[in-house]
Amino acid sequence: MAGFGRDRGDRGPGLVGALLVGISAAKALALAKNLPLVGVNHIAGHIYANRLVTELKFPLIALIVSGGHTELVHMPAHGVYRVIGETRDDAAGEAFDKVARVLGLLYPGGPEVDRLAAQAEAPVEFPRAWLEEDSYDFSFSGLKSAVMNYVHNAEQRGEIVNKADVAAGFQESVIDVLTEKAMRAVDAFAAKQLLVAGGVAANKGLRKRMEAAARERGVELVIPPLYLCTDNAAMIAAAGTIDFLMGKRADLSMNAHPGLSL
Amino acid sequence: MYEIITHSEAETISFGARLAGLLKAGDVLVLEGDLGAGKTTLTKGLAQGLGVTRTVNSPTFTIIKEYQGRLPLYHMDVYRIDEDEELGFEEYFQGDGVTVVEWGSRIAALLPEERLRISMERLGERERRIRLVPEGGRFVELCKELRK
Repeated sequence: MAGFGRDRGDRGPGLVGALLVGISAAKALALAKNLPLVGVNHIAGHIYANRLVTELKFPLIALIVSGGHTELVHMPAHGVYRVIGETRDDAAGEAFDKVARVLGLLYPGGPEVDRLAAQAEAPVEFPRAWLEEDSYDFSFSGLKSAVMNYVHNAEQRGEIVNKADVAAGFQESVIDVLTEKAMRAVDAFAAKQLLVAGGVAANKGLRKRMEAAARERGVELVIPPLYLCTDNAAMIAAAGTIDFLMGKRADLSMNAHPGLSL
Repeated sequence: MYEIITHSEAETISFGARLAGLLKAGDVLVLEGDLGAGKTTLTKGLAQGLGVTRTVNSPTFTIIKEYQGRLPLYHMDVYRIDEDEELGFEEYFQGDGVTVVEWGSRIAALLPEERLRISMERLGERERRIRLVPEGGRFVELCKELRK
């Protein structure tokens, strides 16, 4: 942090205890080394993680998909964020984790579901939650329930569940919705880039589908390598640099904001 | 004690909204129920009843989410938490709002003595049994109010 000549603390959103640890450390360093302090939004961090891979082009659409977040963000310019859609219940990563649990897979379940899905021969047909026609919001708890009902009903009938087929069916439903809404947003906002960030960006099925859809539309797809997809400090630094260059500063009274929005 | 059977998400939300009307600052609700039983759905109802306008979604990964209604609403999910993790829960419990803790029995030792236990049971694809068990005089009174 000190090497950049400035100190960044992730001030939200998130778990207040964790945020306070980070903020206190950043403040201590800023005070000790007489460096400017910059507060950074965690979601912005996920978006700017992509900047560590390639330069951002505006307008862009960012899809943040993790265990804790599922949001579609429109950025007309650096540091300007408009959340156009979010999950109304479970985040995509959370849905993966819960379905994995239903299937008896080990934690973390997401990568296991991804791996099993690739082996499926006859994916189970599960519903897609499209919501209202022009909505960019998401909903995965109905899908989660559908998978649970399917597995429970099969077990009650004494049938063996083909985990790969269930995993693939579930994953296809998630990917269909994520891809359709992201691409619709790209079209609607004439985006030059589509960024995908957060832990679910590591999903091979999702990457493959996004790559094909992006190529078809001629929009540049940017997905960081796995170590930058999940929570990390570098992404906060990347986002903080933009804030710093835009003149944003925090003072030593900077506090944690668990519910901070972009 | 109070029990109700709901036949749809909308009914669960409606019940949550009704219950919210009886809640006060400092109330702690412990929500139990299997995956998919409707804990977050019930919480959406509570939020609606408290006048929260923001979308209430699942805190399974973020652990705690904060909302503002006529009272603050603190929505927690401690499924992924160990009892000995220091996350400052007590401040929420003793605070100025209503705290809802999904899977709260996992942190039983940290919960206040007075609390309202709500268990949700899946009876069918859409049907749920919601059972309220009061712990402490305040919630015994609340259940009486509900039965009226």
